[in-house]
Amino acid sequence: MTVYAYFVAAWLMLVGAYGIVRSRNLVHAVVSLAVCQSGTYVLLLAVGYQHGALAPVFGSTIKPSRHVVDPVVQAMTLTDIVVSATVTALLLALAVQVSKRQGTVDPDELTALKG
Amino acid sequence: MTVLLASALSLVAIVGTAVVATSQPERQAVTLSFYGLTLTVLFLALQAPDVALSQLGVGAAIVPLMVMLAIRSIEARHSQPGSRQESGDGEPGQPDEQSGGGQP
Amino acid sequence: MSHRGRLLVFFIGAGCVAAMFAVAFFRMPAFGGTMHLYRDLAVRAAVAHQTANVVSSVDFDQRGMDTFGEEAILLASVVGAAVLLRPSDEEAELRPKRPGRILPSTKLLGYALLPVTLLIGLDVVLHGQVTPGGGFQGGVVIATGLHLLYVAGSYPALDRVRPLAAFDIGEAVGGAAFGGLGIAGIVAATSFLANFLPRGSFGQLTSAGTVFVLNGAVGLEVGCGMVVLIAHFLRQDIIIAAKAEQAQ
Repeated sequence: MTVYAYFVAAWLMLVGAYGIVRSRNLVHAVVSLAVCQSGTYVLLLAVGYQHGALAPVFGSTIKPSRHVVDPVVQAMTLTDIVVSATVTALLLALAVQVSKRQGTVDPDELTALKG
Repeated sequence: MTVLLASALSLVAIVGTAVVATSQPERQAVTLSFYGLTLTVLFLALQAPDVALSQLGVGAAIVPLMVMLAIRSIEARHSQPGSRQESGDGEPGQPDEQSGGGQP
Repeated sequence: MSHRGRLLVFFIGAGCVAAMFAVAFFRMPAFGGTMHLYRDLAVRAAVAHQTANVVSSVDFDQRGMDTFGEEAILLASVVGAAVLLRPSDEEAELRPKRPGRILPSTKLLGYALLPVTLLIGLDVVLHGQVTPGGGFQGGVVIATGLHLLYVAGSYPALDRVRPLAAFDIGEAVGGAAFGGLGIAGIVAATSFLANFLPRGSFGQLTSAGTVFVLNGAVGLEVGCGMVVLIAHFLRQDIIIAAKAEQAQ
């Protein structure tokens, strides 16, 4: 039971990869990629968690002597979430451009490099 | 592991599978937004308020919006020429019927 | 390769990866354990620099170089998406039609919540070193809040309030300010992105030195970048159409 969180993260990554493999639409593939990325966020935060610890923000009620969860993995995850949203936007713009040029967004029909 | 954490993790796994299983991208935008909400709850349960705040802003509002706009742009090119003029206007959200909103 | 062949290869690969995951997870420290070495070091360093929000301290003070790189990725992605969504030679710009009927309650909520959301976003950016928040989160809130004007009003209203050139420049200024503060760190102290401003006292708005200013720079960049991104998607959807369609 103690490794349940890690297995949920691994499940999300594999389900996202499965979605990309089985996708018939480039936009569906991009959204499945987003699910795959969120699996890595869950894994990072699960690694840093401690039972009974608090959030790593100190204030008048939480003095620096209390136990907190790991802030380094949270810092990595938080910048990653915002930046990967813009990369998702770049991929969606690519999908729009592909539909303009080739007339389709089905990955099976976008086979060879057309001249 | 508390009940809250276990149920948040299970919910994330189930909704994530649902997002991938939704085959139509226009429906995926809605499921993706809900997935962002479940992730936010999980991050809060894992004592990460900063991460939850950024996930809420990005995953519930911005990415589903861009997915919907991309889908509309792609499908407008595949529909018959001329129907683009009727369905595209300056108003967000209403896809094809301009239903008159509130019936009191 | 056929569909079935592709699926078979995927399942073989996924099986191997899942097995490796299982081996790794059972050897890792248990979930919720007490041994977190980086946590002890990071908290000690953040308290020494009078930063109440340890995550902001790690982001901008202890690992500021990584955040600089992520900012560069963000800038590059926004530029790339803007380039990809330019109207091509076969396309022209329509004049957007007048919006359909908008519910009065939507209008009221939109216009009432617009200044509130912008203020909340600004608050989240400025208090990044004291409460959960910071430049990344606040920038996203500000960018989303601005588009309440589109929901409550119309696309031309949004277009008037949001001159795209100004937001492009704002994004670049935010990114350059981050680099400029890093170079100021070299000049005023010992290294790139060193924390050289006065630290203040724990829990105050102007504590933590450069974290406060870096939060503002990142908030400016992320906010402007997201607005530019959504603007290009909206234009692509609403205004741009093929010349052939327009002629009909």
